[in-house]
Amino acid sequence: MALDQQARLNELGDYKFGFNMPENYAFKSKRGLDRDTVEEISYMKGEPQWMRDFRLRALRTFEKKPMPQWGGNLNEIDFQNIFYYIKPMENQGRTWEDVPADIKTTFDRLGIPEAERKFLAGVGAQYESEVVYHSLREDLEKQGVIFKDMDSGLRENPELVQEYFGTVIPPADNKLAALNSAVWSGGSFVYVPAGVHVEVPLQAYFRINAENAGQFERTLIIAEPGSYVHYVEGCTAPTYSSDSLHSAVVEIIVKEGARVRYTTIQNWSKNVYNLVTKRTSVYRDGTMEWVDGNLGSKLTMKYPSCYLLEPGAKGEILSVAFAGDGQHQDAGGKIVHAAPNTTGTISSKSISKGSGRTSYRGLVKIYPGMNGCKSHVNCDALLLDDASRSDTYPYMEIEEQDVAVTHEATVSKIGEEQLFYLMSRGIGEIEARAMIVRGFIEPIATELPMEYAIELNRLIELEMEGSVG
Amino acid sequence: MTEQNNELIIRDLHVKVENREILKGLNLRVEPGRVHAIMGPNGSGKSTLAYTLMGHPNYEVTQGEVLVNSRNVLELPPNERAKVGLFLAFQYPHSIPGVTMANFLRTAVNSINEKPMPPREFRQKLREKMAVLKMNDEFAGRYVNEGFSGGEKKRAEILQMAMLEPKYAVLDETDSGLDIDALRIVADGVNALLGPQLGVLVITHYQRLLNYIKPDFVHVLVNGRIVREGGSELALELEKSGYDEYLTDESAA
Repeated sequence: MALDQQARLNELGDYKFGFNMPENYAFKSKRGLDRDTVEEISYMKGEPQWMRDFRLRALRTFEKKPMPQWGGNLNEIDFQNIFYYIKPMENQGRTWEDVPADIKTTFDRLGIPEAERKFLAGVGAQYESEVVYHSLREDLEKQGVIFKDMDSGLRENPELVQEYFGTVIPPADNKLAALNSAVWSGGSFVYVPAGVHVEVPLQAYFRINAENAGQFERTLIIAEPGSYVHYVEGCTAPTYSSDSLHSAVVEIIVKEGARVRYTTIQNWSKNVYNLVTKRTSVYRDGTMEWVDGNLGSKLTMKYPSCYLLEPGAKGEILSVAFAGDGQHQDAGGKIVHAAPNTTGTISSKSISKGSGRTSYRGLVKIYPGMNGCKSHVNCDALLLDDASRSDTYPYMEIEEQDVAVTHEATVSKIGEEQLFYLMSRGIGEIEARAMIVRGFIEPIATELPMEYAIELNRLIELEMEGSVG
Repeated sequence: MTEQNNELIIRDLHVKVENREILKGLNLRVEPGRVHAIMGPNGSGKSTLAYTLMGHPNYEVTQGEVLVNSRNVLELPPNERAKVGLFLAFQYPHSIPGVTMANFLRTAVNSINEKPMPPREFRQKLREKMAVLKMNDEFAGRYVNEGFSGGEKKRAEILQMAMLEPKYAVLDETDSGLDIDALRIVADGVNALLGPQLGVLVITHYQRLLNYIKPDFVHVLVNGRIVREGGSELALELEKSGYDEYLTDESAA
């Protein structure tokens, strides 16, 4: 049994989605970044003047801002050796049949049509920089729910986009947010009208295919008062020899009494820099839930944030990270209490294997006068062997007395005794280790939609390969 | 494989832990259908024997052999020993957070059996065995040994034994930390499993457990060797006189 498992894992290989299709693009920009590149992107998309100006301002901000010197090592990124815009085909596919065969093959191997058959409300599938396939169930359209790619959103819902775009995360927030603001392409635009509950999760798949293709998607979600939506993002990417960059921006507005859940399972190949800025503004009695799973990439720096702006606002961040050999996952979350009687929770679970390194980095900030706030941070790290590493950077900026803030942190190692115990029951070493890891992340896996929980477990099983000896 | 030597045989077993020799030539034969008790003072090597039989990596066998139905198991990893039919009920079972008892037991049962057990059959069997040990259904959904009381841990060990149906089971100080009611439940659970197919090695410091699980043979382990053997009456004798005489003998030797 143990041998079968080993054989099966060997067969699947180190990175299951590490295939790639021959490149066949309608348009590919030149390498590198300057004013011409940005103007070209805007021109090709036929954007309004305000967006073009927004991009150019962001480019100047990007050029002025220094690289972050904390977190992971970003010095190897060569911004001049990246393609900033790639358009896989002339027009966006309206139906599945319109999607080109090789792109379809890639999606098939990622299981998108199957997932759609099951319970998807709509699929926004991003292949390279443009969304090529998009469907939305009719009943959602009737409810006034908008779920489309960001470029279409800009064309078809210009007022909404102009009102909210860049308001939660302004380009000047950080260097990579500025970069995304200058060259963004694709991503999702979601609008949920007041009181509408979207019963099934909205899903989008993201994927990088061309070597050195930067992917800079931009997502904007607006939840009007009393509405609810669950947005699910899953990412895979093929393996390439030189480094790729994924730098997304996700902005969410949760209005009074609304609730938004945003779930991510990302599995970038191990040469991708995954540098993402995700933030929510939460208003009175609104609730934001981030469920963030990071498995792949060379370096991930991602700290989903909740800015709790009015009383009764709640923010919850669940983060799970797995760092294998050569990987660094610098992940966590931020809760900013900018109103009294707001509540925040951050739960982080990280796993390090081999030379892999995880860091929890989180911030809880409570401004003066924000009485009655509650915030809880819990971070657990699991080390799979002696070489692996985990660090915790829990920043607390509490400027008010009348608050309740708690913090717990644990670091544990897969113990010889735990392994011996499981193995004494007939369970092989690989399965025993995988079992301990699955158990460790179980509290977060239960928060995922079923098929994602299964996928997460499967990905971890693959990652566990070679962890013996 | 020949069925001729259908026994657990331990021959001249020498074991080192952290470079100190703990077992110094231990010999023992356990036949199916028999209950053997190993009694001895603290530090005599009782738990070392239990861990060595199951293959704990920290226990280094320097000499001797352990045969299970003629097969030498000393080169096998613990999971393969379990498949050969060895079972160890731990004195201090470890918790596995996030893994339910049901999931753990299903994985274990399906690892040991040639064919996976159909889920329905598994559930039925699990429910039956839990009933014998007076565990309610909710127990199957709890995480392995996480937050278990002492009695629950020991019952969970016997539940695993009941599900895995070993040929030879080693019970390592299964009575430790149990009050009299819990002891009775655990002993009843073990007794329900006894039969011609199962050989049991009960490791204990005190005679108390042997009031409930009747041994056919009692072996006295002192300083890494069996120093005396007898029937169940030997346990009662030890309860009265203690291990002192053996300890003096041993230090004089």
